[in-house]
Amino acid sequence: MLKQTAKTAFLHTIPVMTGYLFLGFGFGIILQQNGYGLGWALAMSLFIYAGSMQYVGVGLLTGGASLVTAAVTTLMVNARHLFYGISMVDAYKGTGKRKPYLIFALTDETYSLVSQGAPENVDRKRYYFLVSLLNQCYWVVGSALGALAGKLPMDFTGIDFALTALFITIFVEQWLTTKNHFPALVGLISAVLCLAIFGGDRFLIPTMVLIATTLIIHRSTGKEEKDA
Amino acid sequence: MLDGFRLHSAALVAVMALVTAGLRFLPFLIFGENRQTPKLITYLGKVLPYAIMAMLVVYCLKSVTPLEYPYALPELISCAVVVLLHIWKRNTLLSIGGGTACYMLLVQVIFK
Repeated sequence: MLKQTAKTAFLHTIPVMTGYLFLGFGFGIILQQNGYGLGWALAMSLFIYAGSMQYVGVGLLTGGASLVTAAVTTLMVNARHLFYGISMVDAYKGTGKRKPYLIFALTDETYSLVSQGAPENVDRKRYYFLVSLLNQCYWVVGSALGALAGKLPMDFTGIDFALTALFITIFVEQWLTTKNHFPALVGLISAVLCLAIFGGDRFLIPTMVLIATTLIIHRSTGKEEKDA
Repeated sequence: MLDGFRLHSAALVAVMALVTAGLRFLPFLIFGENRQTPKLITYLGKVLPYAIMAMLVVYCLKSVTPLEYPYALPELISCAVVVLLHIWKRNTLLSIGGGTACYMLLVQVIFK
């Protein structure tokens, strides 16, 4: 069971490993090029541990942003994590001493894996924990390597598409395994609509509000009874 | 070692870390371990993953420029490759690897 759990967790995190090693690598390189070395890469990947926020954070550091600006920017970029928590409140119940780490490490990519639930034949708590821990290891190792390498002659342009591909794959998998496509369509339409209206830097929070409102209204009209 | 600017940088890292952790912990603090989770939250927990995955895909693609060269073609083609590969084989690694390789080829060689 223990071995089975570890094996399953590792296999499930391989796509994230690919994405995180390269994205972390890119982050380490950018950080190094802006005069922040290995120590900073490690500190940020260990304590912030939020992929896109760390990329944004490099700009905050080099620009000498105020603490308030940093706080507000982080709120805007990472507000979506509130949704991950809401989704995992029940699943993470009873996870005991591992729970604080599970919550701390709930990134986009970890959420994309754990929100699908733990597979059968594995120790649920240990599975969630291993997936979370492995993912952060990939991220930390990737950013440390990037900070050390500084610059390699190889062209990695476009490697960040791995994460886009990961999310699309999960979206397609979810689409194929459920009959109720309403939530997926609400998410897609809300995001595209808000992107068109508010632009790339500000569309996440309006999108979240629109998604939550639409889904709640949909439920209260009673159409959701048989699915929920 | 740490001059004024670096000290400020360290404070910025701390702020980013605290706000991020705060956002992650908040729902769990509100809907605690021993409380019966409200039905609405359980419902949202079930439907949100589907909606959010779509939002994340759009978030990843937010910088594409469909009206300028290369007209979002690398992204469109690579996304289509991922979707088709996944419907065909249902193999996550193949879908991600194939899509990413396709995208790198397109942006590095074809649409330079």
